Amino acid sequence: MSAAPRPLLEVRHLRVEFNARRGTLVAIDDVSFDIAPGEVLGVVGESGAGKSITGTAIIGLLEPPGRIAGGEVFLDGRRIDNLPAEEMRRIRGRQIGAIFQDPLTSLNPLYTVGRQIIETIQTHLPMNAAQARGRAIELLKEVGIPAAERRIDHYPHQFSGGMRQRVVIALALCANPRLIIADEPTTALDVSIQAQIITLLKKLCREHGTAVMLVTHDMGVIAETADRVAVMYAGRLAEIGPVQEVIHHPQHPYTAGLMGSIPAIGQEVERLPQIEGAMPRLNAIPAGCAYNPRCPKVFDRCRSDRPDLMAAGATRAACWLHAEGAGGV
Amino acid sequence: MSDTQALLDVRDLARDFDVSKPWLNRVLEGAPRQLLKAVDGVSFTIERGETLSLVGESGCGKSTVARLICGLYPPSRGSIVFDGRDMSRIARRSDMLTLRRRFQMIFQDPYASLNPRWRVGRIIAEPLRQHGIVTGEAAIRRRVGELLEDVRLSPQDAEKFPHEFSGGQRQRISIARALSSNPEFLVCDEPTSALDVSVQAQILNLMKDLQRDHGLTYLFISHNLAVVSHISTRVGVMYLGRIVEIAPTKTLFDRPLHPYTQMLASAIPDITMSGKSRTPVAGEVPNPLDPPTGCAFHPRCPHANDRCRSERPELRDVAGAQAACHAVEERRLPIRAAAPG
Repeated sequence: MSAAPRPLLEVRHLRVEFNARRGTLVAIDDVSFDIAPGEVLGVVGESGAGKSITGTAIIGLLEPPGRIAGGEVFLDGRRIDNLPAEEMRRIRGRQIGAIFQDPLTSLNPLYTVGRQIIETIQTHLPMNAAQARGRAIELLKEVGIPAAERRIDHYPHQFSGGMRQRVVIALALCANPRLIIADEPTTALDVSIQAQIITLLKKLCREHGTAVMLVTHDMGVIAETADRVAVMYAGRLAEIGPVQEVIHHPQHPYTAGLMGSIPAIGQEVERLPQIEGAMPRLNAIPAGCAYNPRCPKVFDRCRSDRPDLMAAGATRAACWLHAEGAGGV
Repeated sequence: MSDTQALLDVRDLARDFDVSKPWLNRVLEGAPRQLLKAVDGVSFTIERGETLSLVGESGCGKSTVARLICGLYPPSRGSIVFDGRDMSRIARRSDMLTLRRRFQMIFQDPYASLNPRWRVGRIIAEPLRQHGIVTGEAAIRRRVGELLEDVRLSPQDAEKFPHEFSGGQRQRISIARALSSNPEFLVCDEPTSALDVSVQAQILNLMKDLQRDHGLTYLFISHNLAVVSHISTRVGVMYLGRIVEIAPTKTLFDRPLHPYTQMLASAIPDITMSGKSRTPVAGEVPNPLDPPTGCAFHPRCPHANDRCRSERPELRDVAGAQAACHAVEERRLPIRAAAPG
């Protein structure tokens, strides 16, 4: 491992807890992964699996009563999960950009988009007003906004949904961050606009060498965009590996079930393969493997011991089927 | 009534919304009245036992069509004939109620469509009481239990409140409520869009089972082409208030005719064909208040010519499908023969 370049983002044994009236809920339980510079890591899972909370924990925007209760997050070798709020604010925007699902809530409706972009640029980079305005126009052009010189003085409501999401991407790119955390960036958009935004995101990251953590529930988006994908279930990592391997040769029974349940055009089946039941609530996560009550391949050990990620084919899966002597899927 | 007659026959259906400024502004500023043509001349039929899907991007009018059919809005123009009866000509309220029992609607958001202060049993029993289908508390309770079992929940769930259920289970409760009046026809407006994929698979399977067991006919509204390709018999593609193409599912996906359908089909990310580069489509849906002249798609269409800019194309039969496109009609666009099946 020493020869490989150090990953840009290292998440080690991250644990996020919420204090609730009836005890503590563990939303993220022992999650570890890396993102290399310029790499796109997709994070998928169903609602409540903890994918968005992982993202907010990394950028330090976890809202109380949520808190990081354990583990470490390193950006470029520097530990960032225990920084004071003021220092974290400087890292956010400068080194980590964020794109959220709903472009309307990420933009202030009372200010022109230009003012918001210029303010962000000046917060992070030593530029005067004229330079910052020039850079803002450049950024808007880069994200494909026509007539950027004129549009810079418009308010968010004067943009369509797709154009607004482009503005949000421009905002995230202001200070040339090393890492972008994109939480469902295309979910609120129509398919034809989705395609444009994904192509744009991919192009920008390639050109700037930006790493991306792409959180989404849309496997199609992941398949097209990500280099590697992490599958989350009930606050834990179920499987992580190269995107083609995870999609075509899933090693965790949950990943296999998830992939099977996605309808595909041109595939004629009477019934879709379905996973029975639902993801457990955070206060009722079963002992052992969290997936064991729904798993078609469950055996005794799954009900008592919790599996860690282990080598499984070309990916790593948290499943006892891949333990030595178990014989695989 | 013959069996060959379509269950639902929609002709030239249109609905305008008045989005003018308030009267005082109109007077002071001289602003004109403004009409938004949400649905502008849509015609289709649905045969008994089939599933017709309407797909399109937001603002194309697909949900408005669903609401018009359910009578949630009165149409501005056109007719809706259900089982041989023109719905706009029904004068007597009792006749309307009898007809209403025969079709029901399922909505997108399972959180907003159930009263949070009612127990599930009361929610499902409401149509039973309203239409007087079942009388007597014991009989109603029995029927509610059966309906819950139909949607793979347990009769004991009748005692619980909606917040005790997950999104997928709530959508099952909505379906049980819709089924309680023994309808023949269900209008489903994005029933799985708010659900996770594994739950979506459960609901789609359930809907197919119910269709088979109860002989249901569906009008299915969705923006998700993959879901539509799985559930439908035929598919209609809408753009800015009009149907641009309508065809049997396999024909439509094997050989999309209209440039907009082709664009939609190539724009969806597909996990089985990953690695392919998508054809990003330039432009966005135009402002429906000021739709383009001629074919509404012409500003985004690579095949547009002068005729497309001035003359609005009508739906025409083309090789086993119907498309509203001058380029297709004039054979400027090559048409492959539809694959058999």
